[in-house]
Amino acid sequence: MAIRSPEPRIDEITRAGAAPPVPARFPAVRVMATPPMPPTPTARPVPKLAMEAVSVFYGSTAAVRDVDLSIAPNAVTAFIGPSGCGKSTVLRCFNRMNDLIPGARVQGRVLFNGEDVGARDVHPVDVRQRIGLVFQKPNPFPMSMYENVAYGPRRHGVRDRARLDEIVERSLRRAALWDEVKDDYRKKSGLALSGGQQQRLCIARTLATDPEVILMDEPCSALDPIATLKIEALISELRSTVTIVIVTHNMQQASRVSDRTAFFTLGDDRSGRLVEIGDTLQIFTNPREQLTEDYVSGRFG
Amino acid sequence: MRRTLVADRAATIGLWTLAIAVVSILGAIIGHFLLAAAGNLNPSFLFGDPGDGTVGGVGPVLWNSVYMLVLTLLITVPLGTLGGIYMAEYAGSGRFSQLVRFSQELISSVPSIVVGLFGLALFVNATHWSFTALGGALTLSVFNLPLMSRLTEGAIRAVPDDERNGSLALGTTKWQTIAHVVVPIAIPGIVTAIILTAGRIFGEAAALLFTAGLSTPVHYDFANLNLGDPRSPWSPFHPATTLSVYIWKINSEGLGPFVRQIADTSAAILVLMVLAFNLGARGVGRLLQRRATGA
Repeated sequence: MAIRSPEPRIDEITRAGAAPPVPARFPAVRVMATPPMPPTPTARPVPKLAMEAVSVFYGSTAAVRDVDLSIAPNAVTAFIGPSGCGKSTVLRCFNRMNDLIPGARVQGRVLFNGEDVGARDVHPVDVRQRIGLVFQKPNPFPMSMYENVAYGPRRHGVRDRARLDEIVERSLRRAALWDEVKDDYRKKSGLALSGGQQQRLCIARTLATDPEVILMDEPCSALDPIATLKIEALISELRSTVTIVIVTHNMQQASRVSDRTAFFTLGDDRSGRLVEIGDTLQIFTNPREQLTEDYVSGRFG
Repeated sequence: MRRTLVADRAATIGLWTLAIAVVSILGAIIGHFLLAAAGNLNPSFLFGDPGDGTVGGVGPVLWNSVYMLVLTLLITVPLGTLGGIYMAEYAGSGRFSQLVRFSQELISSVPSIVVGLFGLALFVNATHWSFTALGGALTLSVFNLPLMSRLTEGAIRAVPDDERNGSLALGTTKWQTIAHVVVPIAIPGIVTAIILTAGRIFGEAAALLFTAGLSTPVHYDFANLNLGDPRSPWSPFHPATTLSVYIWKINSEGLGPFVRQIADTSAAILVLMVLAFNLGARGVGRLLQRRATGA
């Protein structure tokens, strides 16, 4: 503790409070060695997303406690950890999907572009337009593919036919589905697609509202390996334009697709907590915490 | 292993038998009345005016049945559907919604003759309307509204949360989600609710005896469009004996030589009407769903 205490002050001096107080988790020597430089990509001026002391409760039990993290823009961040450690719960804080669960309560601050998404004057509807969510199980609406993708823009007031056509085509292209469906996407139901195609349709549906962030909650866990690879390729395509946070129970997947990885685990009190977050390579080859080391090397979890 | 296989076989045979029994009973009912009505089921019976020395017709009564159906559905379907949506999506499970559910069940199980007496007191006497189609329709709505809203609630609840969350995650409001995703998916269930409600409208006699009345003019003047005139067939204030009430009446009080034939043929018409309404409603439901979901 004594070694770590000066860190926040150095941080404040060098970056004038521009970023959240992340460096507490980094070894002091690294910060000291290059004082004027941000210690890692985490410390870019304004992170896309950040959490400050976030805890989530279901009724009186804490699902996760005291999560502090920040998510870099236009990068892929993976959340890994054993089942039940609260990865999905943390993910759903970003676009306030936890609001929909009766009895769920979020403490602490969740920041999007530096602004508190939980603030009184922020409506979850506005947050969700800018931070999309792709679910574990593909859930296209029982409508044509066209209507699935046009659904968001329509609800947000786009009436012009030509404009909708353009959005739908562009979204299907961005979701790497266009070539497979271009002949019948206006007629054919989204439910008539294979699981992997359905999931890419759901991604296209999310892209149609032009979000800055896409959250993905184990998007491949219901898919076969080939469909999984296609989604992973798509994630790599999208990373240049969208910030992606993906929950996965598959460590190979995390190492394949992500730039940064956050490792969560279940504490002694049965509530989840963040163990560490860092560059994916570092988490998998040289983690700071023994717990992470044990998990990524397959010793538990 | 053997025993479980035998049980499996028995269950299959038993369920098939029951299914066949249900279809046979329906077939027997339709067949019986079609045979009994065989010679008399013609346009002059259907649309003709009743007369003393003839078998036909039931034109005015048939008109009243259709009129009562439309009028009651106009009251029941919008209110019942909105009520069902409220109960499924907004009411939660607090004391108030428990009270509403309890009331719904209670009203649905009150004997319809009692509801008829209530209708007599409220829609006939208190309003000074005397016996009217509107009074009958409102009385039918007393037990059809809870039925409609209960069945709609079930249909709305049966829509998986995945669909709701998929919509909400795109930044839509709760009402947008209900209107554009949940209700379109629930349409087949809502159509079933309308069909069951309609069945009670076609079939109800007891509740209408004291409210829509037992008298019907022998001839309707369809050119009379004055909605305030109780003699106009278009007016909600005309007394309206429906086909069911008519069957009950001639069966219990009729004295003419052709009472049996009239009752049987009317019953055949009633069965065919219910059948036609069923098929028609399902067709319309499919069209509506296709339009609402664009698929």
